Amino acid sequence: MARTTPTPPDSPTIDAVGLAERVARFKARSLKAASKVSALKLALSMIDLTTLEGRDTPGKVRQLCRKAVRPDPADPSLPHVAAVCVYPTLVRVAKDALSGTKVRVASVATAFPSGQADLAPRLDEIRYAVAEGADEIDMVISRGKFLCGDHAAVFDEIAACKDACGEAHLKVILETGELHTYDNVRRASDLAMEAGADFIKTSTGKVSPAATPEVTLVMLQAIQDFHARTGRMVGMKPAGGIRDAKTAVTFLVMLRETLGPAWLTPEWFRFGASTLTNDILMQLTKQRTGHYQSARDYTND
Amino acid sequence: MAAKKKTRPPEKTVPAAPPGNDFRLGEPYAPAPEATDHARIAPAYGLFINGAFVSAASGKRFPTVNPATEATLSEVSEAGPGDVDKAIAAARKAFGPWNRLKASERGKYLFRIARLLQERAREFAVIESMDGGKPIRESRDFDVPQAAAHFFYHGGWADKLAYAFPGRKIAPVGVAGQIIPWNFPLLMAAWKIAPALACGNTVVLKPAESTPLTALKLAELLADAGLPPGVVNIITGAGDTGAALVNHPGIDKIAFTGSTEVGKQIQRAVAATGKRHTLELGGKAAHIIFDDAPVDQAVEGIINGIFFNQGHVCCAGSRLLVQEGVAETIVAKLRRRMENLVLGDPLDKNTDIGAIHSRAQLERIEALVRAGVEEGACIHQSGQTLPAKGYWFRPTIFTETAQSHRINREEIFGPVLSVMTFRTPDEAIEKANNTPYGLSGGVWTDKGAKIFGVTGALRAGVLWANTFNKFDPASPFGGYKESGLGREGGLHGLAAYVNLSR
Repeated sequence: MARTTPTPPDSPTIDAVGLAERVARFKARSLKAASKVSALKLALSMIDLTTLEGRDTPGKVRQLCRKAVRPDPADPSLPHVAAVCVYPTLVRVAKDALSGTKVRVASVATAFPSGQADLAPRLDEIRYAVAEGADEIDMVISRGKFLCGDHAAVFDEIAACKDACGEAHLKVILETGELHTYDNVRRASDLAMEAGADFIKTSTGKVSPAATPEVTLVMLQAIQDFHARTGRMVGMKPAGGIRDAKTAVTFLVMLRETLGPAWLTPEWFRFGASTLTNDILMQLTKQRTGHYQSARDYTND
Repeated sequence: MAAKKKTRPPEKTVPAAPPGNDFRLGEPYAPAPEATDHARIAPAYGLFINGAFVSAASGKRFPTVNPATEATLSEVSEAGPGDVDKAIAAARKAFGPWNRLKASERGKYLFRIARLLQERAREFAVIESMDGGKPIRESRDFDVPQAAAHFFYHGGWADKLAYAFPGRKIAPVGVAGQIIPWNFPLLMAAWKIAPALACGNTVVLKPAESTPLTALKLAELLADAGLPPGVVNIITGAGDTGAALVNHPGIDKIAFTGSTEVGKQIQRAVAATGKRHTLELGGKAAHIIFDDAPVDQAVEGIINGIFFNQGHVCCAGSRLLVQEGVAETIVAKLRRRMENLVLGDPLDKNTDIGAIHSRAQLERIEALVRAGVEEGACIHQSGQTLPAKGYWFRPTIFTETAQSHRINREEIFGPVLSVMTFRTPDEAIEKANNTPYGLSGGVWTDKGAKIFGVTGALRAGVLWANTFNKFDPASPFGGYKESGLGREGGLHGLAAYVNLSR
């Protein structure tokens, strides 16, 4: 792959006050009735159901996969989630558990979550996860290199990871909580898309703050500009900190009004979340029956 | 680097949504109207004189309509010269005792009014949206809270005027005649009444004939607050009533917000009468976008600058000056953003663009937009469906415009933006100042030095940097040139309601 200017020279700056005002307007959108139900179902279908812990086992992953396929046993009409996201060593387990379904298997790789390893083993990890059957790879960028100004190295590592993915889709985690400024988030987003990212993703979920609406909006606007310039669609995945249905709906409003209806599918937008699923199910039940159910009425895998 | 090409099999995982608004398609938001059953609007209102509602001597009434539905909301009285006389006499009688009242007690009344406004915020917001057509989001989040903020702010000054004007002897002006416009009916009433009362003056206020309801609701609130009779009198009527108030020998000051044309008439009328006057008139603000601006936030600032309150804003950013390098990007983003504005029922919580205030205003906007097209500017309008009843106008921008176009010279007072390009900061300043108006302006750039350099050279009373249409009671508001005389808000606004001597 030919090397070009790693940072596009025209990454615009971000005004934090104006950004927060725009987000406040999205939060004030009121979704009612059928509009709300369709948004909740859409949100459910966009979830990357995630377990990324040292104590993960094949048993845990198999149970999570059942939840992914049928989120609410009481309502089989609901969509399945988009994907299950696990560590590379558990990809095979997830793949087997999900065979015959349309739920995809995503795997974090590249020395997740810190990214602090040499490039060669990080690329090997991607190849391993893909060989195990991962449909999607969630990589982390080297925040250290980015913050010390070596944007070219970050561009090169993303491009190399993209090559290592082969047919698998590449999601590039910026770990916005460690980039700190919106200007950095915007620059890293542009960098990742230039280097070939299929998706850009806010966070690992291991650093706080994670997927704030403000950070997500900056990334959505970067995607919009990239699409206007190149014609290529890039997906977006906010991950970490999205725990309730109301917040998820705000993200969808933001998505719709920023990128338009074409992005309103699991192919182009994902939520990296675990507890979000049951809150969406609870809200859907409320819409259907008029009553809130107890948390114990929803399966906890 | 060549963009990677990806082809993916289409994935259909989302089942069909129930009938009705589907978030993914067409109109994404189902109706979410604010309830109106709690808003009490009387079938008819008298004139609020000396603490009570009384009929006009002539018995004449005129209707006030909801511009979104064309339905009549109520009927209000038309004050004639005799009624104006009565109101001024009541204010004169109340002036002495009100002025002699301990300043901290005057302050208490203002705080009480502010708190009552907060308590009744919902009712005021709903009536404001019904009478004027503005979106409930704005009346709820801007007009009513700002009105309360003005009473709180000036309540604080009432017993601290010695600190506002140190070393001076401070006396109130006397009886103030106040005439306010239809674009921010309650807020303008608060801008006028709060500083007048804080400084010990009494007031005769005339709201616009098309939006009298929140001022009359405010009259009810003032009575509930126990404000002594005659301190504030609110009389309704059109131009003749206003003229009777301006020309009456019994007022010491006239405060007017409205058109430049009427402002000039008022200034002629008060010449050599010794009446003090402050005028807040029209505007044609330059909104300047440099190529190093935070682009997406600037686009949002432009949108809020021109489409806030359907563009019925004297300080609206109606002339957009964009540096040539970013003009194409900015216009493309503006056009995209305009499509996402929700236009319709002002009482719907999702509405961004409400109704045009009146048929007359709609016709004026249409005439100027026609002139823009005829003079060769390139028009872009968003594609919202307009409701069948009421007065509506689609968000509109003109590109390829020049200083000589009427749409760049005259105040349109509607959701219409004209875009001009410039090459250098000097050219931007020259174009921005090339107007008879000078009320407001805005600058967007990432460079602090440029902000100070450019704003220092702009001849406008209110300037915003990297934001637009921001207001605070502590910040003086007013214009240069044909945009007016005097300031409202802050220390400068207080000065308009006191006579100072050594």
